Amino acid sequence: MNKFFKAKQLLQLIEANFRELMREPAVLFWGILFPILMSLGLGAAFSTKQDVIRKVGIIRTTDSIASDTPAIKNFLLKNACKEYHANEKTTYYSYKIKNEKLGNSIFLFQEINWKDAIVSLKRGKINVVMEEKNKQISYSFDPSNPDAQLTYIKLTKFFPSNNTYVSQENTDNIKLLTLDGTRYIDFLIPGLMAMGVMMSSMWGISYTIIERRSKKLLRRMVSTPMKKSYFLISIITVRFVMNFIEAGLLFLFAYFAFGIHIQGSIPALITIFLAGNIAFSGIAVFISSNTSKTEVGNALINVVVMPMMILSGIFFSYHNFPDWFIPIIQKFPLTIMADDIRGIFIEGAGFAETFIHCLILSVTGILFFIAGIRYFKWY
Amino acid sequence: MIIEARKVFKSFKAVQAVKGISLNIAQGQFVALLGPNGAGKTTMVEMIEGIQKPDKGEILIAGKNWKGNEDELHHLIGLSLQETYFIDKLTVQETLRLFASFYGEKKGRVAEVIQLINLEEKKKSYVVNLSGGQRQRLALGIALLNHPNVLILDEPTTGLDPNARRDIWRILLELKKQSNTSLLLTTHYMEEAEQLCDYVIIMDNGSILKEGTVEQLLNDDNGSKTVEFTLDGIYESIDSDGMLPKIHWNQTSQQGMVLLNDIEKDMKAFLALLERNKLRLKNIEIRRKSLDDLFTSLTGKHLDE
Ligand SMILES: Nc1ncnc2c1ncn2[C@@H]1O[C@H](COP(=O)(O)OP(=O)(O)O)[C@@H](O)[C@H]1O
Ligand SMILES: [Mg+2]
Repeated sequence: MNKFFKAKQLLQLIEANFRELMREPAVLFWGILFPILMSLGLGAAFSTKQDVIRKVGIIRTTDSIASDTPAIKNFLLKNACKEYHANEKTTYYSYKIKNEKLGNSIFLFQEINWKDAIVSLKRGKINVVMEEKNKQISYSFDPSNPDAQLTYIKLTKFFPSNNTYVSQENTDNIKLLTLDGTRYIDFLIPGLMAMGVMMSSMWGISYTIIERRSKKLLRRMVSTPMKKSYFLISIITVRFVMNFIEAGLLFLFAYFAFGIHIQGSIPALITIFLAGNIAFSGIAVFISSNTSKTEVGNALINVVVMPMMILSGIFFSYHNFPDWFIPIIQKFPLTIMADDIRGIFIEGAGFAETFIHCLILSVTGILFFIAGIRYFKWY
Repeated sequence: MIIEARKVFKSFKAVQAVKGISLNIAQGQFVALLGPNGAGKTTMVEMIEGIQKPDKGEILIAGKNWKGNEDELHHLIGLSLQETYFIDKLTVQETLRLFASFYGEKKGRVAEVIQLINLEEKKKSYVVNLSGGQRQRLALGIALLNHPNVLILDEPTTGLDPNARRDIWRILLELKKQSNTSLLLTTHYMEEAEQLCDYVIIMDNGSILKEGTVEQLLNDDNGSKTVEFTLDGIYESIDSDGMLPKIHWNQTSQQGMVLLNDIEKDMKAFLALLERNKLRLKNIEIRRKSLDDLFTSLTGKHLDE
């Protein structure tokens, strides 16, 4: 009888927390719609191909109207259109190579004297200079600049030594590298899932606890025979369920909108997801164990959440940070979780790779939880 | 005794909130802790509720100490805190159901309590949309869910309009008739203490000033009376002119008050004093001494100051 009614306490608490959550429209927006919109926005932003602009200087040696570079001029008059760029006060011959697969390339040719050409080269305003003497074209550029190299190689295709030129690029023998898992969206979605768990656990759990404490509801509840642990368990349980729903919806969306697949082990994915939930729930309880001021709570949550959001490689790889810093970043719970989910999604990883990490995350969470409970302020 | 407190002390950093209070409440007795803001009422009742720990002294509920008996004592007590917000987006019914589950009470009890606190019409409303009075009735309902042996209410009607206040009084008076529950109530409304309670403890500054039944408190000076009066003209102060007891003159309200112990003798002296000073009465009212008058005569200030 006693056991039975205690179990009912837990069920009622879970039900109450669920109702509260579902009746707060903002929760649905931030938890479910926002990550989907973010994946949509970022996914789209990084998948439309940008025009690549390559600027080339053509050396004039005389000011006469008659051209001293007939071969180049011929090509430009035939293929390019003349346009004046008011902001740079420069007239360009613009030659556009359309390419659906790789993105358009636009070559902007500008007539220039040597002195100005050198300055523009140094400033990176142009990266190749062309000169024509006796129908012989020569090129000048910095060989250590790969962009300049590429421009040079492309230019030699338009101006072959026999002066016949190809007007459009032949891309038949170019294969695009679009294997599963190499797109930005493939990188992004697993990160967003991990971040969702962190954000929603930290805000959801900490905020609920601190708010109930500041409104004296916590004190009211523990002056009944309610089992204290049930109060926390119910909040955490509701978060677990919400996190699964949120991540599931995000995945479904990404599956249909971007054709994302899970290449590795699904049980391993669920396990690392659970472990991440445990880690962040523990940290959330720890953070909210003592304060009754929501402002303090906000600050504490931000202190934990912000660095990880920026450093843990959710939006961009953390491998661009200095070498000494990377091992530190890799110890953040969010990094561990995001890397493992990503590994499972795009590298086909399984328990072998993630097992230890699951253990580390769970233990971290449990330790924080115990420390939090130890100093928990109920009144 | 359902509640016994012996020489209880409690201090915060700079304040001694409770300085050696003892009190006893018998089963079925309704007791008021009457005092102005900051008197230490909340601190005292929260120590009885097990929410705060006394620095010194002993508190027994049904003969038991809080330590080690939390679960049992929580079942005996029903309480409402000075201010609590419940979960905003939960309905009245859901809120009661949640708390009922803490006590292992059946669903039927929730319906009973909703009827008791007269919130049938609002049972499907979110707590956030309730009026102040309705919210206080909900808090009272939660306190009553477990058929408590002792009900402890901290300022249950503060901030409510007179009608909402009377609604709460009605529920409590009904409870007094129907059950053997004890009540400990804090308030700074003397009417509340007079209306509801058999026994009143007047406290200020962490100590008990006076206690007894309402009759005892008001009659211990052999039926003394309060005289309130206004005068023609405007006066800064009125000289008591050697007369005792002293006249209290309130300059802002232009009202005078004097406590007369022996109405026949003192009234004559009072009228003679007016005549000597050529003061003309505009209005005079003679009434029974109230708890507020008693508090004023003990401390020089009013309960609601
Ligand atoms: N948690 C606290 N920290 C510091 N001072 C407190 C605290 N609680 C109460 N006090 C002080 O103790 C005194 C009594 O307060 P309280 O018991 O709330 O009085 P009442 O309920 O009669 O208005 C007041 O001076 C108040 O400022
Ligand atoms: Mg108080």
